Amino acid sequence: MTTPALEVDGLVKRYGGRAVVDGVSLSVPTASVLALLGPNGAGKTTTVEVCEGFRQPDGGAVRVLGLAPKDPALRPRVGVMPQSGGAYPGLTAAEMLRLVASYARNPLDPADLLDRLALTDVARTSYRRLSGGQQQRLSLAMAVVGRPELVFLDEPTAGLDPQARRATWELVEALRADGVTVVLTTHLLDEAERLADQVVVVDAGHVVAAGTVAELTRGDGLRFTAAPGLDLSDLPGAAEEVPGRYVVAGAVTPQLYADVTAWAARRGVLAEDLRSRSLEDVFLELTGRELRA
Amino acid sequence: MTWSPGALAPAPGAAPTGQMLKAQTRAELTLMLRNGEQVLLTLVIPLGLLVVLTLIPFVHVPGDDRVGFFVPGVIALAVMSSAFTGQAIGVGFERQYGVLKRLGATPLPRSVLLLAKTLAVLAVELVQLALICVVGLLLGWDPHGSPLAVIALVVLGTAAFSGLGLLLGGTLRGLTTLAAANLLWFVLLVLGGVLFPLSQLGAAEPVLRLLPTAALSDGLREVLQAGHAVPVRDVLALAAWAVGGLALASRLFRWE
Ligand SMILES: Nc1ncnc2c1ncn2[C@@H]1O[C@H](COP(=O)(O)OP(=O)(O)OP(=O)(O)O)[C@@H](O)[C@H]1O
Ligand SMILES: [Mg+2]
Repeated sequence: MTTPALEVDGLVKRYGGRAVVDGVSLSVPTASVLALLGPNGAGKTTTVEVCEGFRQPDGGAVRVLGLAPKDPALRPRVGVMPQSGGAYPGLTAAEMLRLVASYARNPLDPADLLDRLALTDVARTSYRRLSGGQQQRLSLAMAVVGRPELVFLDEPTAGLDPQARRATWELVEALRADGVTVVLTTHLLDEAERLADQVVVVDAGHVVAAGTVAELTRGDGLRFTAAPGLDLSDLPGAAEEVPGRYVVAGAVTPQLYADVTAWAARRGVLAEDLRSRSLEDVFLELTGRELRA
Repeated sequence: MTWSPGALAPAPGAAPTGQMLKAQTRAELTLMLRNGEQVLLTLVIPLGLLVVLTLIPFVHVPGDDRVGFFVPGVIALAVMSSAFTGQAIGVGFERQYGVLKRLGATPLPRSVLLLAKTLAVLAVELVQLALICVVGLLLGWDPHGSPLAVIALVVLGTAAFSGLGLLLGGTLRGLTTLAAANLLWFVLLVLGGVLFPLSQLGAAEPVLRLLPTAALSDGLREVLQAGHAVPVRDVLALAAWAVGGLALASRLFRWE
């Protein structure tokens, strides 16, 4: 068996005695995409930054491409997109990307990369004057321009418009197709559903679920949204989870879909979004529906 | 726009050191020259002071060679401005913006980054020195002494000020660095034998002469104005600042 591109085993990181990452383990095979999900403050950035060699772990073992995270030999082999910042405000987008490209022996063509990320129009704008989404896209370009084997993307699509998000997804898919391993964090469950071979949900420093999207969303019941407070007495197994969101228990079969739509038609109910369990449902079940500190 | 297969295939590797050094030095220089306050600090103020102090006799200097007194002091000021103040403020903000941290995740070695910063400072100093000499000559300056001695003093002074600048910028937050670097710049300007002879401060002179700006301006004055050899005391003072500053900076410098 080949060694995974990234292996994290029982990672612990404490701040002021509080474990903000508490026993996280993951294993990312080469040329796959792992999405790290979790509420704000769950420990995603901390985990990623330990793997990037920026922070010293307090426990556990981390191997990046078979090496210790701080090994200088990793620098050309790993691309990093931090959650924010990381560019000279006084350089233009093109200058900044060319500078990072100049550190690499076989970089991608910076002009082409700018073009693909729709940054050509602002190539001569200084970083400090780029919009938030443009800065984000430039940061993504900086992470991949050196043709790394493994990239860490901390919330790569935060603040991006739908077109830019799509371009980012295409880039991630192309990276994987070309054999690059991608570890990304995100709050967008559809993003994880679309991109990730493997999803790891962390909450308060713990892994609360891990697996493929199919594994995580497997399970019974159909869901739909409709007007709140419907009378469900003649729809067996149905319950209103939260106002306006309904679950119908039972094995997900074509027959169950037919039963639910037939009931809705009979009752004149507009049952929208009829579907089996989504990653979002799993996420909310695991991490709760309350907003936390 | 789709990616053709293989377009992103891994091909990792660090560029040759020379290429990184060249690119990084160019970036550092671009950043310095694009920063209006930096240009003001490193070029406009020293040249302005040279002209004003020489032409308007509100400061009394020994003898009647006003320009001969002020050129060495202004050179010391210029070196302090770029190697210490500019460097400290630059590094402080680069840390705050997460640039240095991110560069730490690229193949650029720390040593090449620091070397590039040094080369950029030296290049700016070359421009400063050239302009100061031209303006000085226009004001009737008559330089003496060995150019090699001047170069040696400037290089030693650059090392001393760079160490202190990196120490400040590498340990404090961006805005704190900005305030501290500007304050120190002003204090060292006033007490550095740039604006007036330190002998006017009486008993404090021997102590103040150990300050880096004073040691540099005094050393340069001994050479350029009097044609003497480089004073050992000034060399020792600058060397002590350089060793102390660089040693402390390398221990305490934080990249984030
Ligand atoms: N340097 C630090 N000092 C003290 N506490 C820290 C530090 N870095 C992170 N923390 C704490 O660790 C916890 C996890 O932070 P982290 O940035 O890893 O979360 P995250 O999952 O990336 O969140 P988000 O989705 O908001 O980016 C938070 O409670 C945070 O306050
Ligand atoms: Mg984060």
